[in-house]
Amino acid sequence: MGLSGIEIYKLLPQTNCGDCGVPTCLAFAMKLAAGQTELAKCPQVSEESKQKLDIASAPPILPVTVGKFKTGGETVLFRHEKSFVNPTGIAVLVTDKMSDAEADKRITNFRELRYERVGLVLKADLIAVKSESGDAGAFEKLVGKAKDAAGGDGGLILMADTAELLAAGLKAAADQKPLLYAATKSNAEAVAALAKENKCPVAVKGENLDEVIELTQKLTGMGLKEIVIDSGSRKLRKVFEDQVILRRAAIKKAFRPLGFPTITFPCEMSNDLMEETLIASTLIAKYGGIVVLSDLEGHSLFPLVVQRMNIFTDPQRPMATEQGIYPINNPDDNSPVLITTNFSLTYFIVSGEIEGSRIPTWLLVLDTEGLSVLTAWAAGKFAADAIGPFVKKSDIVGKIKHRSLIIPGYAASISGELEEELPDWKITIGPREAAHIPAFLKQYKAS
Amino acid sequence: MAFEAPKIDYTGKIKEITLGTGNKAVKVGGSTSYPFYLFEGQMPNPPRIAMEVFDFAPDDWAEAAVEPFKDVIGDPVAWAKKNIQEYGAEMIALQLRSIDPNGLNRSANEAAATAKRVIDAVDVPVILWGVANHEKDTEVLRLIAESCEGKNLALGPVEEEDYKQIGASAIAYKHTVIASSPIDINLAKQLNILLDNLGVPGNKIIVDPTTGALGYGLEYTYSVMERDRMAALTQEDEKLQYPLICNVGYEVWKTKEAKMKTGDDIKFGDSKKRGIIMECVTAMSLLLAGADILIMRHPESIKLIRKMITDLAS
Repeated sequence: MGLSGIEIYKLLPQTNCGDCGVPTCLAFAMKLAAGQTELAKCPQVSEESKQKLDIASAPPILPVTVGKFKTGGETVLFRHEKSFVNPTGIAVLVTDKMSDAEADKRITNFRELRYERVGLVLKADLIAVKSESGDAGAFEKLVGKAKDAAGGDGGLILMADTAELLAAGLKAAADQKPLLYAATKSNAEAVAALAKENKCPVAVKGENLDEVIELTQKLTGMGLKEIVIDSGSRKLRKVFEDQVILRRAAIKKAFRPLGFPTITFPCEMSNDLMEETLIASTLIAKYGGIVVLSDLEGHSLFPLVVQRMNIFTDPQRPMATEQGIYPINNPDDNSPVLITTNFSLTYFIVSGEIEGSRIPTWLLVLDTEGLSVLTAWAAGKFAADAIGPFVKKSDIVGKIKHRSLIIPGYAASISGELEEELPDWKITIGPREAAHIPAFLKQYKAS
Repeated sequence: MAFEAPKIDYTGKIKEITLGTGNKAVKVGGSTSYPFYLFEGQMPNPPRIAMEVFDFAPDDWAEAAVEPFKDVIGDPVAWAKKNIQEYGAEMIALQLRSIDPNGLNRSANEAAATAKRVIDAVDVPVILWGVANHEKDTEVLRLIAESCEGKNLALGPVEEEDYKQIGASAIAYKHTVIASSPIDINLAKQLNILLDNLGVPGNKIIVDPTTGALGYGLEYTYSVMERDRMAALTQEDEKLQYPLICNVGYEVWKTKEAKMKTGDDIKFGDSKKRGIIMECVTAMSLLLAGADILIMRHPESIKLIRKMITDLAS
């Protein structure tokens, strides 16, 4: 990333063997510089060059893996430039001072609060297990308890003041490569050694950015690469400022000592879960790698994971819903049938309005490659020759007695052709705006 | 050697715009850096919140959103007063939903008369928000502009199709316009240029980028606002240096997830808290993208967002 095509070319074998799939080494170098291919595709490159290129081509914020969870790897400051890479990790805190019931509730919620949206599963990612009592046995036991819930598709964070306690926690879960929190000025050597020995990622905690820099330099000097940064402050304004400065220093100045993802603690910044959630939403928008929350509730987690999806979605590609038949409000064989496109916003808004109307309805969603009704219609993707075969092939006819199809008002002009494609069907033109669907359906039902 | 944080050299500044008149007038804008980047710039006027009032009794609101207003819903004057006296509203946003030709379709005269009663009853700035039906909005906003001359109201949404009519009324009767464009930075800029050519003074424009709620297009609004602030502050694009307004409450509370009841799906937790947090998370995201004015609904949402603005700015 930092190197130009020519600089990369100098490190390649320059044999033009073509094994990488590109005819010349120079062309391959250019592609590498543009981030369009990977060095691994070149089988001939020397170990020495490989190491040099690996370092130079690493993203400005190094990627870190905690169990099955990935963070870091970011390359830009604004999502409109290029999509953000790894969504902010949402963690829930359990401590050995909590009652069993409190800890169990958090672990259960961590496991069960999952939301499906546009084909994605939205959920929390990490359980942060903290030793507050200083009792090694209690810590190990709690880590053991959290391990299964976090292990499936998430990760664990072990939080303790000393390397000895962290080692006790690791006994229960070393195989999951948990994040060790934290190496500080007073324990850095011991914690770093533990991380190295167990090949675990490690967090550093400094009082300020200068101290963080000292710590990351010390750890990278010891050969550690997977580092996460806690910049120390628990005041929102300062934490926010630190996130911006860290990200900017890494991306704009290629400043390696700060080129790591961050961990933040909304749970230590407020005593109110709603406020904590808003602090977390601030850090999801602005560069937090991980946010640790004191608790997970459906009403607080759902808005947060949706916001995270919104911020981290690829700005170049529209979100799409799956093509198919969507029953809304328990429709039966007399219920009306509406059709729309699979742009996720279109789907959400149309299905939301139908739900709000409380009228049982079948909603057909046609794959228009994520285009909205008007755009898909203009592009010929929401046309009679696409809708006709889709309606015939779908098993909607098996679900209804009538043969009436309601199309969006914006696509009114296709109704004639659609009647030819679907000769048994009556085509009705619905409203243009989704907001007018409830009124339309109420009247439609009556007629 | 101590680490020196890389700073951005901002070359632009957001215009300062005043809404309302007298000692309750509200000044917004003036920022010289990205939102809340106070380590490298100033935000002389932190973002402000306008509290929503509907000009008729809505019948499709979530229970949690009705509850704080149940004694005043259907009486816009009492509603506006309650917002100010009980909830400390610094501005009122009157949503003129009664004029929607696809809804109640109240006459322009009737709606304008109601609006005037609200405006006369309060001393804080008032934002008037139509239904984006060009003919109806023009008709109603003109009447209000004329009958409330000199109050420096904010009139919106003003779009490319009706900017001449509403813009002319704003100029004639000394109000501010809300220039509204469909989530597109170039269209936003173009409309600002048109308003400028029409003669709307530079200190009488605020920009509505069109708000997408959490899960319903928030990311589009967020990015268009970030690009807008980038152009205004670092590329000296004067035609984008206006404060931004977001119609948050209305957009969030109409979504399915904000209306779901407690128990409809246990994974969605408490209905009231969910609605409030959804409104707040949308507001928070848009504040970070550059919003100067948020129109919000629930008193608890407003309280939380005020606290967050204070925490981020101090």
